[in-house]
Amino acid sequence: MIDKRVSSAAEAVADVRDGATVMIGGFGEAGSPVELIHALIDQGVRGLTVISNNTGSGEVGLAALLKEKRVSKVICSFPRTANSTVFPELYRSGFTELELVPQGTLAERIRAGGAGIPAFFTPTGVGTPLGEGKELRTIDGREYLLEYGLHADFALIKGRAADTHGNVLYNKTARNFGPIMAMAAKTSVVQVEHIVAAGELDPETIVTPGIFVSRVIEIAKPAHESELVAAGVTYP
Amino acid sequence: MTTEASTIGWTRDEMAQRLALDIANGLYVNLGIGIPELVAKHVPEGRTLIYHTENGLLGMGPSPRDGDGDPELINAGKRQVSANPGAAYFHHADSFSMIRGGHLDLSVLGALQVAQNGDLANWSTGEPDAIPAVGGAMDLVAGVKMVYVITQHTTKTGEPKLVESCTYPLTGRGVVDRIYTDLAVIDVTPDGFQVVELGPGVEFETVKAQTGAPLRPAP
Repeated sequence: MIDKRVSSAAEAVADVRDGATVMIGGFGEAGSPVELIHALIDQGVRGLTVISNNTGSGEVGLAALLKEKRVSKVICSFPRTANSTVFPELYRSGFTELELVPQGTLAERIRAGGAGIPAFFTPTGVGTPLGEGKELRTIDGREYLLEYGLHADFALIKGRAADTHGNVLYNKTARNFGPIMAMAAKTSVVQVEHIVAAGELDPETIVTPGIFVSRVIEIAKPAHESELVAAGVTYP
Repeated sequence: MTTEASTIGWTRDEMAQRLALDIANGLYVNLGIGIPELVAKHVPEGRTLIYHTENGLLGMGPSPRDGDGDPELINAGKRQVSANPGAAYFHHADSFSMIRGGHLDLSVLGALQVAQNGDLANWSTGEPDAIPAVGGAMDLVAGVKMVYVITQHTTKTGEPKLVESCTYPLTGRGVVDRIYTDLAVIDVTPDGFQVVELGPGVEFETVKAQTGAPLRPAP
């Protein structure tokens, strides 16, 4: 019998090792797996490379992971928020390296990594500072940049519901990077509000098929980052 | 110059209204953060546009009233929005396939500078201490069929934003089709900037004086 459930967020991230590459889902707070990130902070791992669209807000979730100096590099499209000074300080001090990637290139690099495509050509970024040093190819009269697929050891993702086989549904715009990160990581961990038995989700509605998911963990009432920040919560 | 600017030309809302007039019914449109967002308020009666937000929604609707929103239903500016009837959610690779694959009709963006050949700079002033952040702008200008820029004609200090060549880091090369400023609507043509329409009370010579590249009058 297949059952991908784990009983705690701590168990879900227990085997993340120092120096690991971790994809973290979310666009701003939508889809940010706050409880899994907090479990990663508790676990103590260091020297991480984090692949995520943003760098968190306030001092909870992803921003807290950064603030605890667990992240040596971020691969990211928009590492700026109105209400967090955590990443700017780490970046300016040189503690955390930044690889800035246009958002669509970031998404496609993740998708490619999960799809067995080692690299691809894209028109995005040609003639800009983010294209400098990259291989250029002219195809049908237009210039393209060579970009490489991204892989990770772990992906931490937030969904709405899952079944015991790891099939996942999402909530609205919280889907964002979840489905492609699940594909691109060796071990994909998805926190959802409820888990049902295999067979209870309509196969026609599955967004992420269970083959891409290693572990599911039920977090019945996930925290919303903006509410934690508004309440002045910091983690740990 | 500031006194003059406040009495002639278009306000921000009027700029957005002028731009909205040029969007045909049924187009798939991505509006950037800031003045571009105002365009949605001014779409003429009888036209329906389908708004794309790159974080995974086609059919974006207005922001809900306080307390009615969902923190997981947001736009690219991370503000809470709604989903109109007929909306669809999708993941980021699909979203940027819509953008890069040329499926979206129009992208409306702000600008730091636009060059006479259509180069756009809108993501970084290149200051060494700034935190670089690019988001989806480079993908939008590389892939969307038409790119309209909406911006004040000059910077707050009166420097031209329409220039011979951009001094700020580029977002894309030769990507801008048309510019809507407080003073004029201007096309980027193979021969450079060309006025399409002057704002109310605006003389061609006034626009020319505030443009950092050759400017041709409306034909």
